[in-house]
Amino acid sequence: MKTIKALGLAIALSASLIASPAVSPASAAGDPAAGHFEYERQKWSFGGFFGKYDKAQLQRGFQVYKEVCANCHGLKRVNFRNLVQPGGPEFPEDAVKALAASWPNKPLAEPNDDGKTVDKKGNLLERTAILADPILGPYRNDKEARAAQNGALPPDLSVIASARNLHNSGFWPYHVGKMARDIAIAYQEGGPDYLYNLLVNYGEAPAHVKMAEGMSYNPAFPGSQIAMVPPLSKENFIAYKDAKGQPAGGSLQENARDVSAFLTWAADPTLSQRKAMGWQVLLYLCITSLLLYIGKKRVWNSVPH
Amino acid sequence: MSGHSSYEPKTNIGKWFDERLPIARLSYDSFVAFPTPRNLNYMWTFGGILMLCLVSQIVTGIILAMHYVPNDQMAFDSVQHIKRDVNYGWLLQPMHAVGASMFFIAVYLHIFRGLYYGSYKAPREILWILGVFIFLAMMATGFLGYTLPWGQMSFWGATVITNLFSSLDGVIPGMGTAIVTWLWGGFAVGNPTLNRFFSLHYLLPFVIFGIVILHVWALHVVGQNNPTGLEIKQPSDAVPMYPYAITKDLFAMFVFLIPFAYFIFFMPDYLGHADNYIPADPLVTPPHIVPEWYFLPFYAILRAIPSKLGGVVAMIAAIVVLVFIPWLDTSRVRSAKYRPIFKWCFWYFVFTCFALGYLGSMPAEQPYIFWAQFFTISYFAFFLLAMPIVGIIETPKMLPRSITEAVLGKGNSGGGHVPAGAAAGPEKR
Repeated sequence: MKTIKALGLAIALSASLIASPAVSPASAAGDPAAGHFEYERQKWSFGGFFGKYDKAQLQRGFQVYKEVCANCHGLKRVNFRNLVQPGGPEFPEDAVKALAASWPNKPLAEPNDDGKTVDKKGNLLERTAILADPILGPYRNDKEARAAQNGALPPDLSVIASARNLHNSGFWPYHVGKMARDIAIAYQEGGPDYLYNLLVNYGEAPAHVKMAEGMSYNPAFPGSQIAMVPPLSKENFIAYKDAKGQPAGGSLQENARDVSAFLTWAADPTLSQRKAMGWQVLLYLCITSLLLYIGKKRVWNSVPH
Repeated sequence: MSGHSSYEPKTNIGKWFDERLPIARLSYDSFVAFPTPRNLNYMWTFGGILMLCLVSQIVTGIILAMHYVPNDQMAFDSVQHIKRDVNYGWLLQPMHAVGASMFFIAVYLHIFRGLYYGSYKAPREILWILGVFIFLAMMATGFLGYTLPWGQMSFWGATVITNLFSSLDGVIPGMGTAIVTWLWGGFAVGNPTLNRFFSLHYLLPFVIFGIVILHVWALHVVGQNNPTGLEIKQPSDAVPMYPYAITKDLFAMFVFLIPFAYFIFFMPDYLGHADNYIPADPLVTPPHIVPEWYFLPFYAILRAIPSKLGGVVAMIAAIVVLVFIPWLDTSRVRSAKYRPIFKWCFWYFVFTCFALGYLGSMPAEQPYIFWAQFFTISYFAFFLLAMPIVGIIETPKMLPRSITEAVLGKGNSGGGHVPAGAAAGPEKR
């Protein structure tokens, strides 16, 4: 048994070793000019071991994306059909077909019968989107986006929730302790936590911060100056409606949380499926390990070692 | 794989085959009848676990390669395509990515075990050196593989590491730059680089597999070391590999798969970097370029030396020094179990490696630089000072006369209990 304990210790040690990259800050790194920012971790339905996406939340989040984010940001690695698939927002197929058909940012058409890719006026030929098409943003390319956005580039949001993270910091024993805690609770919601904090922390710049032209103050953003204008605010948010068209709440915080959840799904659409299968696999491995241990015991029973 | 064989074909076909290609005999002698010390602890199960990791990486890798596109415009999206649209791609991709980390955890534990129990000492020098080669090939494979998703960390990691060769400009002006251009296939990391990295990433695992065969061969010639560091001297010191070692290895493999599965299913991205979900952009340098965790100790050594060439030399030396330790260690006793001073040196060395790993993940600024230098000195002191000196000045504890005595206590050094079917020890070969 002693050796098993040693093995367990070794695994625990290696677990703390492998944790080190999490400290290496992702894009949320860097010391904001205004000092250290405490990110507020949120409670997510998809967090932890039993996490799975909340269909209603993803639907609300998509509404926020569609009415706010989509004005500048694309979602090109997500296809319309994904909105129908199980484990996601699970909109009815007919509604998504209609949505694709009415999506303002249309895919380019194949060359027409004359071999032309532009019409007589010189506009690019477009076609109506179908379920299999990606959810495009308003700009054809990065240069067009920068030209329209004061030189800033609104990134595609397909994997943004995976591309951002919170980082642990502090004196190294605490630091290592926090990493061990994150591993123990399977915390992997740094991305949506960052997005939520970013969306709700727009505000007036303190007097000592000198803002560059066209920038907004946001202490949750590394460097505190962000080119994105506040997409939502306390006064200006998306009011939800229920199935009957009745008002169903909505606030800056709710919008921010819902759209962060939606973007997490967009980045990691198989999370619910993965976590559900994870339990079965772990259970299988534990039971098999136990059986193998009993077998090993019996084989070694007569041999002192 | 050498010496006397106890294999007896039971059927006429088996006999016919055995006279022409004795592959069944080879397998039987190597993996069934092979005498393994009876006192092996669970640290000896990592050989089998590593084999499992290698096979898992190759199998998942081959399937991923069927869907991955090694092109700088398409690589990033093809990985997303795998995770989103390929059947079970969402499982295969993290199996491969997490698998790389688990492979390194296992190999580091395997190496630490070898260091602690003196598994590098005669007659196992070649076995050990082959292991160092495997480790080097693994590092190359891991590095090449991490560039393939073509995210920001892929791109900038590749840029930083390949640029290390430009330090050779300090030796012969122009040589470093020429080598870097040759490695890149251009004047910057780009599509030709990605394409050749993919090709090499596919090749190297088979090179590893080849060296692993040599490694196992060498192991089966000299026999396994064990916690006492004593050789197998009599039949009662050993048990046949099947069923004894096999059942133990199998159990350990499944236990190892538990944390493996935990990461795959519950935190598949934890061992990587969020930045690698940002498509590679040659115009934007990430604020903080960090390699994968398994390179961090060596990265810390690289950055600890104030000169670029010196850092590269130190980093390479940190691995190459392993080749020489069979001769650097002057102790006549193998196992640290009987080496009271060396034991402390060993555990301090383990701490050093963890500390370097931590420091490698931190920004290159004070006080981290100071500590990185401190632990870099500690790292090399272990091999270059502790190993030669402690072996001379230390008085080892009393060794048991045999493995059997170590297990059964004094007075049992001889016959003792002979496990059924125990094969002949090496001295009878």
